[in-house]
Amino acid sequence: MRRGSIALAAATVATGPARAAETDVPPWMLEQGTPVDELPYGSPSPFEKSVVRRPHETLPFPTSASVLTPLQDLEGIITPNGLHYIRSHAGTPAIDPAQHRLLVHGMVDRPLSFGMDDLARFPSISRLHFLECSGNTSFYKASLIKPNWNVQDTHGLLSCAEWTGVRLADVLAEVGVKPGVKWILAEGADAAAMTRSVPIEKAQDDAILAYAQNGERLRPEQGYPLRLFLPGYEGNINIKWLRRLKLGDQPFETREETSKYTDLLTDGIARQFNFVMEVKSVITRPSPGRGPAQPGFCEVTGLAWSGNGRITRVEVSTDGGAKWGNASLQEPILSKCLTRFRLPWTWNGGPATLKSRATDETGMVQPTRESQLAERGPNFYYHYNAIHTWQIAPGGEVKLAV
Amino acid sequence: MRYSVALLLGFGLMTSAAAADPPHQGFGRPATPQEIAAADIDVRADGAGLPPGNGSVAQGEALFASTCAACHGERGQKPIIPALRLTGGRGTLATPNAVQTVGSYWPYATTLFDYIRRAMPFPAPQSLSPDQVYAVTAYVLRLNDIVPDGTVLDADSLPKIRMPNRDGFVDSYKPGH
Repeated sequence: MRRGSIALAAATVATGPARAAETDVPPWMLEQGTPVDELPYGSPSPFEKSVVRRPHETLPFPTSASVLTPLQDLEGIITPNGLHYIRSHAGTPAIDPAQHRLLVHGMVDRPLSFGMDDLARFPSISRLHFLECSGNTSFYKASLIKPNWNVQDTHGLLSCAEWTGVRLADVLAEVGVKPGVKWILAEGADAAAMTRSVPIEKAQDDAILAYAQNGERLRPEQGYPLRLFLPGYEGNINIKWLRRLKLGDQPFETREETSKYTDLLTDGIARQFNFVMEVKSVITRPSPGRGPAQPGFCEVTGLAWSGNGRITRVEVSTDGGAKWGNASLQEPILSKCLTRFRLPWTWNGGPATLKSRATDETGMVQPTRESQLAERGPNFYYHYNAIHTWQIAPGGEVKLAV
Repeated sequence: MRYSVALLLGFGLMTSAAAADPPHQGFGRPATPQEIAAADIDVRADGAGLPPGNGSVAQGEALFASTCAACHGERGQKPIIPALRLTGGRGTLATPNAVQTVGSYWPYATTLFDYIRRAMPFPAPQSLSPDQVYAVTAYVLRLNDIVPDGTVLDADSLPKIRMPNRDGFVDSYKPGH
C-alpha cells in the first residue's frame, strides 16, 4: 500500500467484510490491486510461470545451445519476444548500440560503415515472418527421438514475429554493387563471429536488416542491435549481431555452410546451400503434456508455414491418415509466416491418431515421414518437414507417435 | 544523388558515370582501409584472406594439447559433445551411420583455418596468432593423415591441400528461392 491508500483501505474495512461474507466475493475484488506503475515493463501473470523456453536436456555448453518455444501454450501466430526460440553458438553478447557498426565492403563502389543512427535513416519496413532452425524436428534417426516429447521438444525451434528494419537492397544501393557479385558474406559480432554466405538474389529480394521485433528493439538474444533476416530461410543464415557484409563473386565456404547445415544423402553426397524451410505444419492442441483430452467437442488447432510462400490448405486426419478434412485457416494468411489452422472435432473417447498436412501456394505438400526418410536416408539431419503424428489413448493421454 | 559536387570530383567520378549509378543518399561514412583490414578476417576456399605467417605440425601438437584437447579430446578423439569430432569417419559417409569430421567431411582446409581463427579456442576466441592458427590447422590435418609429419603450413601451401571429401557436395541453391 502506498500513497493515499490508507483512506481507501479504511473505507474497505467499513463496508467490505459483511458483503463479502454474504456473497462469497473473490478476494481480489475486496482490495486495490498492484499500482499500475509497479512494473514499468510488465511481465506475464505469475500463474503463467510454466510457459517458458527450455532446452531439450541439460546443456554441457550452455552458450552453444538452443532453447525451444512453448508452442503448446501459445495462441494465434505471434511469438512473444521473451519466448522466441534461441539458437546461439557462443552465447549472447552485450553490445552497446552506440558502439555497434555495420561495415559493408568487398566488391562495392563505396565501402561504407554505418552506425545504428545511419541505418535508421533508410526507409523502414515491417514484415511478419516465421523463423525456424533447420534442425527443428530432426526426426530422421529414431534413436534421437524421445517418446515423452511434447510439441515444444518436437517443433519448438520455430517462432514468428513482426520484424522491422531496412531493406538490405537499399543499403546495397548505397554502397553500389559491382558487376559480378554473386554472394555476400554476413558476419556476426558474437564470440563465434558467425558467418554465412547469402546469395545476391535473396539479398536484393526480401532481405531485411532488422532492428526491431514485435514493436520493440531486438532482444539481445535475437541479435541486438542488428540482425540479418532472410524470410523463409533456415535460422542459422539469419546472422545475429550483424557487423559486416562482404560482397564477393563466390560463396565463402564457411564452417556453417560446409561441415554444418549441409544435408548428407545415402550415396555419401551432401546437399549444400539448401536454404528454404519447406512447407510444414503441426497440431499444437491436443498435444502431449496438457492433461488428458476430454471426450466430446475438441478443437484441433495448430500452425502451418512455408518458406516458399503462403499456406493454401491444411488438412487434418484423426484416424491416422485414412480420411482427411480441410481445417479453416485463420487470417492473416501471409507469405513465409505462421498460419493458424483450426478444425472442430468431436472425440468419441476411443483411440485416435491426429495428423496435419499443409500445402503451400507453390503446390508443395508435406510428405509422410516414411517417404521423406526413403528419399533422404538416415544421415540427413536438417530441413525435416514431414507430416507429424500425435496419438490419443482411450484415457485421453496424448503422446508422440513416430 | 546527394553527394556534393566537390565530393564527386574528389572521388574522380565523371558526371556520366555518376548519373548511371543507382541513387544513394550519403548515409553512413566511408570505411577506412584500416578498419576494413581489421575486420576482414575471412578466408576463402582459394586462400584469399590468409595472413602472413606459418605454423608446423609439431607446434600445433603442443598447442592442441594445452588449448584444444580439453573439449576435443586427446588427439581429437572422444570430444565432449557438442564439441566437434575432428578425426576419423573416413569411408563412412555412404553408410547408415556416417561420421562427419574434418577428415571425412570438410571440403576445404581453408575453412578449418577460418573457423579456428574466428571462433576458437572456445573460452578465448580470436586469441591465437596467425602462426598458431596455421600450426593447429596443420596438426588437425596431420591427425587425419591429410598431411605428413614435418608439414609447415602458410598462405601458399594451405589452399593447395586437397581434402578427401572435396567433391562430396552438390549445390542445391536455386536462384529465386
